[in-house]
Amino acid sequence: MKILVAVKRVVDFNAKIRVRSDGAGVDISNTKMSMNPFDEIAVEEAVRLREKGAATEVLAVSCGVAQCQETLRTAMAMGADRGVLVETDADLQPLAVAKLLRAVVEQEKPGLVILGKQAIDDDCNQTGQMLAALLDWPQAAFASKVDLNDGALTVKREIDGGLETVEARLPAIVTTDLRLNEPRYATLPNIMKAKKKPLSTTTPSTLGVDVTPRLTTLKVSEPLKRKGGGKVQDVQELVAKLRNEAKVIA
Amino acid sequence: MPDPMAILVIAEHDNRTLKSATSHAVTAAARLQGQVEVLVVGYQCGAVAQAAAGLRGVDKVHVAEAPYLATPTPENVAATAMTVLPGAYTHIVLAATSFGKNVSPRIAALLDVAQVSDVTAIESADTFVRPIYAGNALATVQSKDPIKVVTVRTTAFESAPNGGTAPIMAIEAAPDTGKSKVVAQELTKLERPELTGARVVIAGGRGLGSGENFKMLEALADKLQAAIGASRAAVDAGFVPNDYQVGQTGKVVAPDLYIAIGISGAIQHLAGMKDSKIIVAINKDPEAAIFQIADYGLVGDLFELVPQFTKELG
Repeated sequence: MKILVAVKRVVDFNAKIRVRSDGAGVDISNTKMSMNPFDEIAVEEAVRLREKGAATEVLAVSCGVAQCQETLRTAMAMGADRGVLVETDADLQPLAVAKLLRAVVEQEKPGLVILGKQAIDDDCNQTGQMLAALLDWPQAAFASKVDLNDGALTVKREIDGGLETVEARLPAIVTTDLRLNEPRYATLPNIMKAKKKPLSTTTPSTLGVDVTPRLTTLKVSEPLKRKGGGKVQDVQELVAKLRNEAKVIA
Repeated sequence: MPDPMAILVIAEHDNRTLKSATSHAVTAAARLQGQVEVLVVGYQCGAVAQAAAGLRGVDKVHVAEAPYLATPTPENVAATAMTVLPGAYTHIVLAATSFGKNVSPRIAALLDVAQVSDVTAIESADTFVRPIYAGNALATVQSKDPIKVVTVRTTAFESAPNGGTAPIMAIEAAPDTGKSKVVAQELTKLERPELTGARVVIAGGRGLGSGENFKMLEALADKLQAAIGASRAAVDAGFVPNDYQVGQTGKVVAPDLYIAIGISGAIQHLAGMKDSKIIVAINKDPEAAIFQIADYGLVGDLFELVPQFTKELG
């Protein structure tokens, strides 16, 4: 069985972003870019399933600018067998990405698609669920454990207040939560090997997908700054202030 | 398109009680100034429908019941929602909880419309404010789609008061899609208030050193009737389960009092708690980022300070 993983190129989780003073967006020029952390977990899970013999091939797909090739090379250095880039400079929103992925899925026919639950730039948490709807497949979102045995998929999911175990028919969509696994680091030999793995490129128009944004961003602003930095000397002062100044405890 | 506006809120519940998240979503829906209706999908969930009908601002409740909806899958909730949705509503509103985040995008895609996630303010019927980049920026976005599907951050909207008397109508559930089924749920026993609704939250970080040491927070939590949360670092280190996690990738809380213990204050943690009314930080590192947003910072060894704090509360 083939597993498809979707990987997004995002601002590195350690990088500090700057809101543009004209309110037109976020300035990410000269900012370090990396693979979305939840997508690293997705790649790791797919590679582990192949290593266990539950899958035969791992295909990484990314949608976006030409530099997403680097993200795909990272996925291949982690163990993905090949990559597909859907190249476009357009502003891609989750519904458009889900449609692009559907088109790739229809060509590649994977038995399982694994995606990160959310990208750390737009924080949308939509693409996997949307892809499942478009394909009319079951979805197991926010996975903390994935078992794939003889064509049966069992997923433990993170829910508010605990965990839920779901059995789903294949083909299916899984989105990853934090505790699913700890992604491996790509080693230098594997980074070198990844350079020789096949990477093909297509475009939204070749796939016949209209990626016109449905949402218009009117303004991006900085959140109100919190006035912090207050200090207390000891526990007695803390409790007194909480009681008498902040009045948040009795 | 219906005129005036009609808004459908999809209820979150366990067949016995309506989750408070839904009453926050009703408040957000009421801001849109249209007819507000609630859809309850479940089994033997009459009490939930009653609770929804009793929320002020709700004009009508639809209930779809079937045995296979006792622990409904997103496929089945979306399928039933689709039997009532097209043409009837201008907006679909869900709370941005793990239930809402799972179900809502599936419905949006079936309707071929965008979703606006995690809305913190409603500017108009088509314009919403939402945090991006872990809350380091706020985007004001406008939807051009005929139906607006939004999930709302519960901490940004009050819960709707009781006192409503909306009619309840039974509707037919869509047939079981059979695509997936929930075979087990392991719910953490809650001896304390739920994290997202608690007035006081005590959160521990990597500074606590072990899961065992988290127990130290319990005595303090008992005194303050607080919920216990954790940073992602503490979850990653295996000290506590993931449902304790406060932050960009966990829960978003805004209690009256947030006490961060042994938490350095990574951006992604701040994203989940910086709207708390009062923030207390206890950390041995005076340079820790958490102090920059804390109203009351206390520098020192948490293993000494937390028991002192508990004792001082009497």
